[in-house]
Amino acid sequence: MPDPMKIRATVVGDSTEVRVLMSHEMETGQRKDAQGNVIPAWFIQNVVVAHKGRPVLNAQWGTAIAKNPFLSFKFKGGAKGDKIEITWVDNRGEKRTDETAIG
Amino acid sequence: MQNMRRKVLKAGGGVALYALLVAAGWLKPGDAAAQSWNKSAFEAKTLDEALKVFGGGSSAQSKDIVFVSTPDIAENGAVVPIGITSSIPKTEAIAILIEKNPNPLAAIFEIPPGTEPAIGTRVKMAQTSNVYALVKADGKYYVASKEIKVTLGGCGG
Repeated sequence: MPDPMKIRATVVGDSTEVRVLMSHEMETGQRKDAQGNVIPAWFIQNVVVAHKGRPVLNAQWGTAIAKNPFLSFKFKGGAKGDKIEITWVDNRGEKRTDETAIG
Repeated sequence: MQNMRRKVLKAGGGVALYALLVAAGWLKPGDAAAQSWNKSAFEAKTLDEALKVFGGGSSAQSKDIVFVSTPDIAENGAVVPIGITSSIPKTEAIAILIEKNPNPLAAIFEIPPGTEPAIGTRVKMAQTSNVYALVKADGKYYVASKEIKVTLGGCGG
């Protein structure tokens, strides 16, 4: 099971700012190991952020996203205590969902 | 529920049918989003190819797309912060493309109404390159670019 995401969601004016740090290798498939074998690509392909069940951001990622991906964005609305749920799926079909309350 | 969806997909398969089911509230849109990944665009080897697949072949240069907290020189190509803000009305999606990377398309962010067209993330860059921010707004494409110099590549072994 991959490590949990670090999520911070705060109300800024009339918007909510969401900052996420995920824990993932994000292997590009371009690198070789010491024996010269290509290390297969392993990376997050989809990220969905939902506020009280409504999607507020959908992302598709390629291998160029840096290791332990960072993501930040803002959406309108959102109040203290509302639930933010984030799910990622990688190219091996592995999945992780974490949630937090807006603080 | 899960079972029925499988059958529906097998029987019909069509995107229209799927959209209809989503609209009818049978399926959560989240399910659909979690499965869509634009394989051909992400696997494109050149910028032109990626743009073509993505549908942004003819895009207008725009001053309403701004790079924020993005460096001119990145000391470490493995972690390059990129921030993109679009002030074009009805921005639906923002994509990041890095011209000199083995696969130029780095990310696509779909912006639903109510979400601000401003995103920040960190990417890997193989070498000094132009970085393109492609914005889809109201069905049209706009683009802005910025050169980022890389002193140490991010894709070396």
